[in-house]
Amino acid sequence: MNKNIIISGVGGQGILTIASIIDLAAMNLGLNVKQAEVHGMSQRGGAVESHLRLSSDEIFSDLIPEGKADLILSIEPMESLRYLPFLSPGGVIITATEPYVNIANYPEEEKLLGTIAGSANHVFVNADLLAKEAGSAKSYNVVMLGAAAPYLDIATEELEKAIGMFFNRKGEEMVNLNIKAFRLGLANSLNE
Amino acid sequence: MNKQLLLGAEAIAQAALDAGISGVYAYPGTPSTEITQFIQQSLQARDSGVRSKWSANEKTAYEAALGMSYAGKRALVCMKHVGLNVAADAFMNSAITGVHGGLVVVVADDPSMHSSQNEQDSRVYGKFAMIPVLEPSNQQETYDIVRYAFDLSEDIKLPVLLRIPTRLSHSRAVVAGAEAIPQNQLAPTQEKNRWILLPVNARKGYHSLLEKQAQLIILSEFSKFNKVIPGTGDKAVIAFGIAYNYVMEVIRTYNLNIPVLKLSQYPLPEKKMSEFTEKYREILVAEEGYPVYEELLKGFFGDTKFRGRLDSTLPRTGELSPNILAKALGVKTNDEQAVPSIVAPRPPMLCKGCSHRDLFDALVGAMESYPQRHVFGDIGCYTLGALSPYNAISTCVDMGASVTMAKGAADAGLFPAVAVIGDSTFTHSGITGLLDAVNDKSAVTVIISDNGTTAMTGGQDSSGSGKYYDICKGIGVDESHIREIVPLKRNFEENVRVMKEEFEYDGVSVIISRRECVQRIKSKE
Repeated sequence: MNKNIIISGVGGQGILTIASIIDLAAMNLGLNVKQAEVHGMSQRGGAVESHLRLSSDEIFSDLIPEGKADLILSIEPMESLRYLPFLSPGGVIITATEPYVNIANYPEEEKLLGTIAGSANHVFVNADLLAKEAGSAKSYNVVMLGAAAPYLDIATEELEKAIGMFFNRKGEEMVNLNIKAFRLGLANSLNE
Repeated sequence: MNKQLLLGAEAIAQAALDAGISGVYAYPGTPSTEITQFIQQSLQARDSGVRSKWSANEKTAYEAALGMSYAGKRALVCMKHVGLNVAADAFMNSAITGVHGGLVVVVADDPSMHSSQNEQDSRVYGKFAMIPVLEPSNQQETYDIVRYAFDLSEDIKLPVLLRIPTRLSHSRAVVAGAEAIPQNQLAPTQEKNRWILLPVNARKGYHSLLEKQAQLIILSEFSKFNKVIPGTGDKAVIAFGIAYNYVMEVIRTYNLNIPVLKLSQYPLPEKKMSEFTEKYREILVAEEGYPVYEELLKGFFGDTKFRGRLDSTLPRTGELSPNILAKALGVKTNDEQAVPSIVAPRPPMLCKGCSHRDLFDALVGAMESYPQRHVFGDIGCYTLGALSPYNAISTCVDMGASVTMAKGAADAGLFPAVAVIGDSTFTHSGITGLLDAVNDKSAVTVIISDNGTTAMTGGQDSSGSGKYYDICKGIGVDESHIREIVPLKRNFEENVRVMKEEFEYDGVSVIISRRECVQRIKSKE
């Protein structure tokens, strides 16, 4: 098993939550994991990405080679395109559709979604809406994780178990809310 | 032993705890901050009483660690690469004194300058000080090498430099720990002459350091961290530290059969090096950072057998990557898609509601009426005040430089001469500069933007919190020219007025602009 995933967003959006849950699930399955993160200046509202690699073999590079990512999982639409050079031929972009506009020259939304659609196989997720449906706008990231679930080669039960482990210290209510968010994201992808 | 998913930085911290350190000393700096943070949050550290509070700067950190070593206990000191410039005096001389309890200095380099002013390579410092340098390639090796480093330091009685780059510090992998050992007992050194660097002793210490070099090379010859990965053909690779990962990634992905000499312990093993290099016609030297050893191997006249950053086989600057190594090894990779032109740059910026924003608004307002608009800036979140829409600062050089550069410019006749410095940066390296200005009665205005934390690195405690007024008063700033303002929109007019009044004062004035960091408030909630 080999999976290379770029997770992208804007500093402060919390892309590391997604990475941490996948890490947990992969570790439970005894897979090797490498996950390169961005700390420091970019976390102040700049573009951030995480390189997440899962494998049953030894993983050498912390960075995914260009053209070798199976998946770009983005919680912001423009950011999904910033890492396009990493996407493998046949790779998939899964992105939230809500723009995070903190720059003056943010592109026109329709054109942006059109460019994504023209660049690769893609899944659009109205993550904000689904997160609110799950019960909290903060479950946005977990909705996106659910949307990515069919592409991860990890059983959904394992991912749900990891969500349980991750949110356990915040109480059962938080676990249930996030499981719901995960399932809404998952259903969105299965209906595409 | 238990397995944990750890950042490279955290692997260092866990290994140091398991190696029985009694203290960690550090000033926050990307990409090294998480080492100390991990220890501060570790139950194991709390249970065994490991001291871990932040130091005022890297020099005080280094000296405290050296003192702990003098007392016979093991100490870890951590910093980012440019922090070693600050600690360099203590660092260089600790190679002459040597150590008593094990002392490991971790320096986290930032090739590509993700969060730094330069990409200096700390291995050069290691060579300069003539101490062992360790440069692990992955997280597990990082854990193992730290355990080894403490034993090595005590065996040869020298500090050991551990160098990691951003990518290793900030990347997670599964790490298996080994059994923890207890801390050393208090047992101060009895060889006091070794530690009193009067010239007569220093000469002896330097000789002893030189005599140790042969032993260090032998240790590298037999180090398990230096190894040959066999292959055939007449081309080979020498891969240092993390560069090894990228080389192996390419070799495996493209099924290449190239011999590799992996090096993670310095000084270089001479015999191993010569045996390896004489076998091959062409050798790629892959180093993350400066072409330090490529230059050495090529020699003054430029032996063309060695390829690398100096002959454009690899880029001269910036981080390595699998694709860069693939190209250097002659592999044709697929044509990747380009980033579509619709994607706009998204640089970092000051947070919504950040106190620096209102400070810069007022500062820009106050400067408007002056023909000369120069503001000396410093290192921290507020360096982002250089960007639009503020364009409020004119310099950013090194920790504390705002105060002293403003002083020098004032001495040259610049008016107004204004410095902006954060609270943590001020106590790191600004106080002594302010004292110079006071003694010289320079016409400078120093604005301390006090948000109560070291914000850029994630909100660590700032060592002077609540003391800035007293510090300025104590070193002789006239109290009527120590002003306190609250950076808020509704105080704009008043803050502009206060700034202008102090700009006009022909002497040293300090404006303390105080409002808590919004991220810090959020994290408390």
